[in-house]
Amino acid sequence: MHPAPSLIAFTTLSGLGFGLLFWLGIDATPPTGWVAFVFFAIAFVLALGGLGASAKHLGRPERALKAFTQWRSSWLSREAWAAAAALTLSGFYAAALVFFATPVLPLGWLGALMALVTVGSTAMIYTQLRTVPRWHDPSTPVVFLLYALAGGALLSGRVVAAILLLVACGAAQGWVWWDGDRRLARSGTTLASATGLTHGTPRAFEPPHTGSNYLTREMVFVVGRKHAAKLRVIAATLAFILPVLLLLLPFHHLFALVAVVSHVAGVVVARWLFFAEAEHVVGLYYGRAPSG
Amino acid sequence: MCACRCGINVHMKSGKVAYIEGNRDHPVNKGVLCAKGSAGIMQHNSPARLRAPLRRTGPRGSGEFEEITWEEALETAVSWLKPLRETAPEKLAFFTGRDQSQSFTGWWAQQYGTPNFAAHGGFCSVNMAAAGIYTMGGAFWEFGSPDWEHAKLFVLFGVAEDHDSNPIKMGIGKLKARGAKIVGVNPVRSGYNAVADDWVGITPGTDGLLILSLVHCLLKAGRIDLDYLSRFTDAPVLLDGDPRSDTHGLFLRDGEGKPLVVDRLSGKTVAFDTPGIRPDLAGHIRRAGVSHGTVMSRLAETYLSDSYAPEAVADRCGLTPARIRALAAEIARAAFDAPVVLDRPWTDFRGERHAQMIGRPVAFHAMRGISAHSNGFQTCRALHLLQILIGAVETPGGMRFKPPYPKPATAHPKPHAQSVPGQPLNGPHLGYPQGPADLALGPDGKALRIDKAFTWENPLSAHGLMHMVISNAVAGDPYRIDTLFLYMANMAWNSSMNTQGVMEMLTRTDDSGDYVIPRIIYSDAYSSEMVAYADLILPDTTYLERHDCISLLDRPISEPGAAADAIRWPVVEPDRDVRGFQSVLLDLGARLGLPGMVDDAGAPLYDDYADYMVNHERKPGIGPLSGWRLGKNGLQHGRGDPNGGQLDSYIANGGFNAMHIPVDAQYFKPWNMGYQDWAVEHGLMDAPTPYLFTLYAEPLRRFQRAAEGKGDVQPPDHLRDRIRDCLTPLPVWYPPFDGGDTADFPIHALTQRPMAMYHSWGSQNAWLRQIHGHNPLYLPTALMQAQGLHDGDWVRVTSPHGEITVPVLEMVALNPNTVWTWNAIGKRKGAWALDPDAPEATKGFLLNHLIHELLPPKGDGLRWSNSDPVTGQAAWFDLRVRIAKATPPQEARPQTGRQTSPVPPSPDTLRWQVRD
Amino acid sequence: MTQLPERTDRTLGLVIDLDTCVGCHACVVACKGWNTQSQPSPLSDTDPYGADPSGTFLNRVHSYEVTPEAGAAQLVHFPKSCLHCEDAPCVTVCPTGASFKRTEDGIVLVNESDCIGCGLCAWACPYGARELDAAEGVMKKCTLCVDRIYNENLPEEDRVPACVRTCPAGARHFGDLSDPDSPVSLLVAERGGFDLMPEQGTRPVNKYLPPRPRDTWEEETDVLAPWLAPVAEEPRGFLGWLDRALDKL
Ligand SMILES: Nc1nc2c(c(=O)[nH]1)N[C@H]1C(S)=C(S)[C@@H](COP(=O)(O)OP(=O)(O)OC[C@H]3O[C@@H](n4cnc5c(=O)[nH]c(N)nc54)[C@H](O)[C@@H]3O)O[C@H]1N2
Ligand SMILES: Nc1nc2c(c(=O)[nH]1)N[C@H]1C(S)=C(S)[C@@H](COP(=O)(O)OP(=O)(O)OC[C@H]3O[C@@H](n4cnc5c(=O)[nH]c(N)nc54)[C@H](O)[C@@H]3O)O[C@H]1N2
Ligand code: SF4
Ligand code: SF4
Ligand code: SF4
Ligand code: SF4
Ligand code: SF4
Ligand SMILES: [Mo]
Repeated sequence: MHPAPSLIAFTTLSGLGFGLLFWLGIDATPPTGWVAFVFFAIAFVLALGGLGASAKHLGRPERALKAFTQWRSSWLSREAWAAAAALTLSGFYAAALVFFATPVLPLGWLGALMALVTVGSTAMIYTQLRTVPRWHDPSTPVVFLLYALAGGALLSGRVVAAILLLVACGAAQGWVWWDGDRRLARSGTTLASATGLTHGTPRAFEPPHTGSNYLTREMVFVVGRKHAAKLRVIAATLAFILPVLLLLLPFHHLFALVAVVSHVAGVVVARWLFFAEAEHVVGLYYGRAPSG
Repeated sequence: MCACRCGINVHMKSGKVAYIEGNRDHPVNKGVLCAKGSAGIMQHNSPARLRAPLRRTGPRGSGEFEEITWEEALETAVSWLKPLRETAPEKLAFFTGRDQSQSFTGWWAQQYGTPNFAAHGGFCSVNMAAAGIYTMGGAFWEFGSPDWEHAKLFVLFGVAEDHDSNPIKMGIGKLKARGAKIVGVNPVRSGYNAVADDWVGITPGTDGLLILSLVHCLLKAGRIDLDYLSRFTDAPVLLDGDPRSDTHGLFLRDGEGKPLVVDRLSGKTVAFDTPGIRPDLAGHIRRAGVSHGTVMSRLAETYLSDSYAPEAVADRCGLTPARIRALAAEIARAAFDAPVVLDRPWTDFRGERHAQMIGRPVAFHAMRGISAHSNGFQTCRALHLLQILIGAVETPGGMRFKPPYPKPATAHPKPHAQSVPGQPLNGPHLGYPQGPADLALGPDGKALRIDKAFTWENPLSAHGLMHMVISNAVAGDPYRIDTLFLYMANMAWNSSMNTQGVMEMLTRTDDSGDYVIPRIIYSDAYSSEMVAYADLILPDTTYLERHDCISLLDRPISEPGAAADAIRWPVVEPDRDVRGFQSVLLDLGARLGLPGMVDDAGAPLYDDYADYMVNHERKPGIGPLSGWRLGKNGLQHGRGDPNGGQLDSYIANGGFNAMHIPVDAQYFKPWNMGYQDWAVEHGLMDAPTPYLFTLYAEPLRRFQRAAEGKGDVQPPDHLRDRIRDCLTPLPVWYPPFDGGDTADFPIHALTQRPMAMYHSWGSQNAWLRQIHGHNPLYLPTALMQAQGLHDGDWVRVTSPHGEITVPVLEMVALNPNTVWTWNAIGKRKGAWALDPDAPEATKGFLLNHLIHELLPPKGDGLRWSNSDPVTGQAAWFDLRVRIAKATPPQEARPQTGRQTSPVPPSPDTLRWQVRD
Repeated sequence: MTQLPERTDRTLGLVIDLDTCVGCHACVVACKGWNTQSQPSPLSDTDPYGADPSGTFLNRVHSYEVTPEAGAAQLVHFPKSCLHCEDAPCVTVCPTGASFKRTEDGIVLVNESDCIGCGLCAWACPYGARELDAAEGVMKKCTLCVDRIYNENLPEEDRVPACVRTCPAGARHFGDLSDPDSPVSLLVAERGGFDLMPEQGTRPVNKYLPPRPRDTWEEETDVLAPWLAPVAEEPRGFLGWLDRALDKL
């Protein structure tokens, strides 16, 4: 798939934002006043920034509100509701903390839950797509949630949780990279099933148009295997290895900041790969062989 | 829009063209429409449309022009053409390209008096047309069609698209629906050949050999239609076997000139058309000690020879003997297993009544794949021989002619080329010579025509040789010209061989710095490459803005069951200062005072082309349009006086007139008196002219005799051998000429028409150019592997004449010695209102750079044109090349510079929607 | 409404004959021409005369080469537009309800005025049948020419999709696939019509008819051989045969 900056920004930022909201929401002894304001502000900026970025991906952003209508069937619509609920609940919870220094804990828990639901829904948007076998797997929401939780823990300064989650997320991500490379082949969708031309070995000849089109731009994106391998190393280093090492060092605000920055940069690279490596089955029609 | 001439319905909204679809009632396309037809809107709205008459201001090729008024443009043209007509009319060369008004443009040129007129047929299809007409009085091309309703086996030779593109597709659909079998003979398995049930991936240029081998197999097995051959062909005609006779090798004839046959019933030697006879295929007579046998026995002697056995030819054809036999057997089975029998009684020209129409359900069709070779004429003849041997022409299930065909070569005019200053030419330019006496040669034996048509170099060049005009004119051979007047032909680009060379010739100057071709007038509707090379541009309208006439005098829209013609009429007014070319030509003719275009007082006879279409008469009662003419008892079709309301009647009827042939006259037309009488009544001919198919072509024999030294008109010595070997009266195969050295240039290189593009003009079409925006060279797998190539790599392609560097793609379903590309996709930078970075200009390319209009020097100091020696048909597909991997250049090579665009820049986005 | 109907009254769709399609692209352009003027907004083209022309098309014709175990390679032209799936994933993912499947005839449509152009439906379609229009910002797809097939302003015989009407080879058939006796259903049954990517679980309505077996000469040699049994080996013998044969006429 085309690694659209708006979608990379969206999933990265909103994941971090809702991850942070989760940790803030379940904190038994939440901060109050200015400290609370700063934490929640960061979470809101990230979450809203992410959602804002996602609106950029729309052809008709002015109609974005219509996306709330189809929660019964559409994960995107559910995500919109969940995000709205998470932000509203967390908003009230935060307001109480900032202005009244009153932790309305159940509200926080609900907000935290909705934050996770939001991240889960985002993940489900991708997971549900059979057309992208790399995504169409239970591991997708798991990994999305782990990213959000780890990032949130890191942002909220929970060193131990962050280390553990980063390691878990890194491991999961590593496995998904390895396993993901095999999923298109495993899905059973091939050029032969796509065309029904089974009386021999089919091979794409001329494309329908020599010009480009929406499909080739959006869905028939391919990254070189060597290039992808390099980026995986970079992503793993930045998102997991470096932050964990920094967290293992004696705590220092600078280290923590570098860990956060490194992690975010790593997630951006990982998300770039998430999209760029995802083979949409329509690519088969255009002669794109599985990259496994 | 193209030569297929389909009927369209143009839907308008708010006075604008909204949508185009096929006209269901139209005889040609019956409602369907090809991609180009549906994209006609984009053709009509193209940003490349010329806007006003142009006068060149920069050097030729630069594309620098100033806009002028029509008055200036026409007066400029008159000031060039008038003095020429009065002194040396042959110094005007008027050639038209994809013209659908040749009967009109030819008439204009005849009235002007220049011998130098032809259309594009010489590089297109003359082999097909001439071989068909000389053999059986009709050709495939647009003039014949498979009997889609009854054929059970359809064999397609060398066709990618053809002029009858929609009818062929519809026909294939019909055959498929009936489960009939389709065989594709083509080095490339794409398009029609892809849907063929069986594919014969022949080596280019060897079809003649394959076909004659099929003939060999069928003769040997006796799978030929004896009844048909004896009744309707020259197979039983006796040949003069006396080597001392003046007519040696020609038909024996009676006192009236009628060919003689032996009647099997009476044993007498009689004229072929004697009522009640059964001509004897095995007949022979002895006269004065010399024996004279039939064409049939000559034929059997020739083709039963082992040199035509599958084993002897298979290698050269790139096939196995088994494959050839299988095809022969398939034909035999389809032809003789279950004949088609129609219960339609009819009467033949000998007065014999037939209770039924019996036919062989084997249909062939062929086009440029076999004809655009230097052995194309004879290959096409070979195919007709095969068809006729099995009795599959004009019989149910076989091939059927479309009116005005059948019409044998003898019923066509002969060529005329004698020009006299200030006078019209002595007759029509183009025609069908019957022998050396009909050549267009001056008393000194020199060519009268600039293209050297109808000379010993290519005696039967019935369509002229447009591809030779520019190089002959520049070489001053046979003479220099003053004004080159072109219409609808992109001669500076895709319709020329040796494109770069032609661009150079068009810009070549003499010692005094003047252009060697002093003046070039050109009519185009769009900003083509050729526009940049002309001095005066007469901008045409688009096809939706003018009247056109698709006439029975020309290339009509007839179908086997109906004679039909059609008009186009303007559905929108031009929003630019452009005029329909035919109207402009009439205006020019009137200003020049050409006979037939002015009245006695010198005033114009016709207001415009529409007026001409209605009121012009070629012969009394016969005009450009056959429908709704004035008869004694009101309106009638075919013959009649001009009718002022004619165009309205056409429009009311969907733009066409179809005159249906009675069912009992729809087959066996050359011999069917029902048809003959109907055709006379409808103005297609003046008297019934039944004739025999000529497997043995006497005109060719007459040229051959001359080459043997007999007769008054003698060929130059250097051509004797070639004429003797190539102009054989029975079909023959010889290797194509321009192979180059096989070892040096082992690979055949071809082009194909893309179904969704029309030559060079498709590229200005925003929709179509997305489908074919550039053209890779397709290489067979073996070649890809041998050269270590992958899709998207670049190669250098070298021919004996030149070199190009282009991108490649692999194709598996391809003859292993053949490469090919789509035709005419490559564009010159700056042309067609395209961005100079358009893929057409940066990756697209023309194979034409590799094809020369002359053959490589042969050591005799003379350079022969790269054409068929019989007809002069351009031998596009003889090209051979070698290929080597190249480092990818920035852009495809060669680049030919950039021309300034005479039209405003194109828009960045298109949101094409017309609302009520 | 992005929930799929339980069942539809009719199942209108196309049957595309891969044995007959010559790859002429007529259907591609007729579709573009009809739909650009009939849909609420045009099917736009960006950089139409430039270096990278790119436009919205609802129907595109691919081509594939198939190399059998034995015998020559074959080429198959492969037109593809929306298959109006029964279990259309493009519909259920749509967050706005712009994408829907009609109960009356099963046609899958996009209501342009509700579409936010999120692109998700196009991602969900395995067949590449949806294109987001660059200039209009909304999703475009084959409508099965719903504005033709019920259009009372058109003559009855023209109430078929534009692509079907124009196809010169007659490779495209339109009809109700839920009716087992409809011509399209009969074609599918007779010719072994199949689904594209059945494993995707979309249950496409449109069916494809497979190319008939090609290049079967080898299998037929025995049947064909007698047709070439010689009557003579050389010209003289041939003339003798000719004489005898003529006597029998
Ligand atoms: N869409 C479209 N239609 C057109 C045109 C167009 O530009 N576009 N142009 C029109 C014009 S002017 C013409 S002349 C006609 C031409 O129509 P076609 O006769 O179909 O001409 P080409 O496209 O040149 O196709 C020639 C075919 O012959 C094959 N071939 C080449 N050499 C050999 C050979 O030695 N043996 C055999 N058996 N096959 C061979 C090639 O592979 C190719 O398939 O089309 C007309 N129709
Ligand atoms: N390599 C290779 N070259 C070939 C062939 C091949 O097979 N291979 N085929 C040859 C054959 S058969 C042919 S017929 C030629 C065709 O080649 P051309 O005869 O050059 O055909 P077009 O490219 O169609 O160009 C005709 C010109 O007509 C102009 N035109 C279009 N519409 C109108 C109009 O309404 N009015 C006027 N006045 N002008 C108009 C176009 O803008 C264009 O400049 O190409 C030949 N060249
Ligand atoms: S084949 Fe030619 S005339 Fe017919 S629709 Fe296509 S472009 Fe028009
Ligand atoms: S083909 Fe694609 S767009 Fe059409 S209904 Fe099926 S999934 Fe949806
Ligand atoms: S692009 Fe439009 S139709 Fe498609 S899912 Fe988004 S809102 Fe629905
Ligand atoms: S049915 Fe209509 S919209 Fe669909 S592909 Fe055909 S022409 Fe296009
Ligand atoms: S119009 Fe018909 S033959 Fe042409 S590409 Fe489309 S389906 Fe195939
Ligand atoms: Mo042509």
